[in-house]
Amino acid sequence: MNARLIVILIVLTFVIGSALGVVHTRHESRRQSVQLGLLEDQRDAFIAEWSRLQLEQAWLADASHIESKARDQLGMQPPGNIRILVVKP
Amino acid sequence: MSHKQKKVAPVSRLYAFLLLFLLCSVALVARAVNLQIMDTEFLQEQGEARFLREVKVPTRRGNILDRNGEPLAVSTPVDSVWVNPREILQTPEDITPLAAVIGVDAEEVERRLSQRSSREFVWMRRRLHPDVAAKIESLKLHGVFLQKEYRRFYPAGEVTSHVIGFTNIDDVGQEGLELAYNDWLQGKPGLKRVIRDRLGRTVENVEMLREAVPGQDLALTIDRRLQYLAYRELKRTVLEHGARSGSVVLLDIASGEILAMVNQPSYNPNQPDFDSGGLRNRALTDVFEPGSMMKPFAIASALESGKFTPTTPVDTTPGWIRISGYTIKDHRNYGPIDITKIITKSSNVGVTKVALQLEPEHMWNTYDRFGFGDVTGTGFPGESAGVLRNYRRWRKVEQATLAYGYGISVTVLQLAEAFAALADDGRLRRPSLIQGATNPAISVLDPVIARQVAVMLETVTGPEGTAKAARVENYRVSGKTGTSRKASASGYASRYIASFAGFAPSSDPRLVCIVMINDPTAGKFYGGQVAAPLFSTVMSGALRLMDIPPDNYEGLLAHAEADTPGSEQ
Repeated sequence: MNARLIVILIVLTFVIGSALGVVHTRHESRRQSVQLGLLEDQRDAFIAEWSRLQLEQAWLADASHIESKARDQLGMQPPGNIRILVVKP
Repeated sequence: MSHKQKKVAPVSRLYAFLLLFLLCSVALVARAVNLQIMDTEFLQEQGEARFLREVKVPTRRGNILDRNGEPLAVSTPVDSVWVNPREILQTPEDITPLAAVIGVDAEEVERRLSQRSSREFVWMRRRLHPDVAAKIESLKLHGVFLQKEYRRFYPAGEVTSHVIGFTNIDDVGQEGLELAYNDWLQGKPGLKRVIRDRLGRTVENVEMLREAVPGQDLALTIDRRLQYLAYRELKRTVLEHGARSGSVVLLDIASGEILAMVNQPSYNPNQPDFDSGGLRNRALTDVFEPGSMMKPFAIASALESGKFTPTTPVDTTPGWIRISGYTIKDHRNYGPIDITKIITKSSNVGVTKVALQLEPEHMWNTYDRFGFGDVTGTGFPGESAGVLRNYRRWRKVEQATLAYGYGISVTVLQLAEAFAALADDGRLRRPSLIQGATNPAISVLDPVIARQVAVMLETVTGPEGTAKAARVENYRVSGKTGTSRKASASGYASRYIASFAGFAPSSDPRLVCIVMINDPTAGKFYGGQVAAPLFSTVMSGALRLMDIPPDNYEGLLAHAEADTPGSEQ
């Protein structure tokens, strides 16, 4: 009788223990999936920012943009023949 | 006894009730067993179907970059808004603010949704501006959802549109390389299972069914700076001469890489206009009769035959020749000249007399080896092979016209490929648009003959040549002009194609450039007047940007010494 009681108690402890474990992992997985969602949102925001910056850079580095700035705002022009010196190899 | 009998229920009735209860519980147990064990799978599925949803995880399309890693096509995430008509129609007052934010008529929206009231998914507006998306998000409307999608941007716009092409609203390539390399660029969308509540909000991510695979980037051989330069100059020339269309192709001789490929008219790939004729990449899809640009290949064939050398005399008097009823004319009477002069002066009579002494099969064979009548193999959708008829069907007059570029159709890219082979000692490379393509050179012409032809081509930009306008300061340039009449339904019309094909620097050719201007209407129509100046500006910019040292600086050194007397240390 006594031995049976001990067995029951041990099993009961395991049951309660595993039940708590389930609760814990369940909670943990929820927490982590929330975290994952946040990180994914963050990643998407970074990708969006990155492609926006790429586009902006492409626009700023656009040859027509630079050309008009150089010619009109800075008054630049291609060097004439006279100002080019060739270093003989 | 009877009284007592009335008070106590008969035992049989007791049993009857017991049996009834027993039957009831047996029925319940049986049903429970049935549900729990027999139908469990079906029921579980049905239950989950009420809240589990499989959701696509959108993925990014690969970027397209130029040879220096500059972006030419970029995908950026944006939001699209969709509604569940069943839900939103329960609260019709939500429609008005939504319609106001995306700028459409509320009544119209309501009518549209009522027609689709049995559906669960209707797109309202795709690829929203981020501000609009944020506004919709903050309204928190019932039955209105945002879905992440990618939108494609082309920072270089119309400058690269023909090469790159564009995608449709579902991010599938429609034209150009977007179409040709769609599988490579397109990622595989992922799939995940989520739990959604009654309002359609995602409560929990259950599992990832398939990881999203983003598309791969595509690196081109195009140089954005050269592409822009060529485009700007082509556009200016086409406008100045009132031309119908035009193309420029710039090729790196040593690798066969296409550095620039531009056409007019063009279109803005960010907002493609499907009605315009500007969608075609004319340099690859449209064929034309090349005219005098074919003469170097006819002369190469003549030199190969062994019957001619660069100094063999040919009498072109009196400046015209009659063959089977057709008259072939020169610009003027050049009198007795040699093979080199035929190229310098672009003499139709001279090249005709030479070609008629060649075996048709041999001449066809030379043209064929240079890739005429054959696709260049760039894999570009809609590329044309041109037309080079088989020599067995040539008549005498056809052989003559083929020598100066009539009766044969070519694309601008084919000419670039063939001229690059002439410039590179007879080594032909298939042109490529994608970096990392392996295109081993095939020898198509004896290097000695190739060099002889190249020397002749340099005289074209010389003092006696037809294309002084093609010269580039400080560099030696070789090339050939072309002015061909356009064929029409009633024979050859007085409309022209002005063209120029050339390479530089002549001492060690690095770049080849082909210019084709279709139907200039503003008076000038000769290749040397219309196409050669464009060649010169594009080539001079390209030589500078590619850091190619000048090979004609003797005068320059003297200049520098004479003009900087002691001002510099």
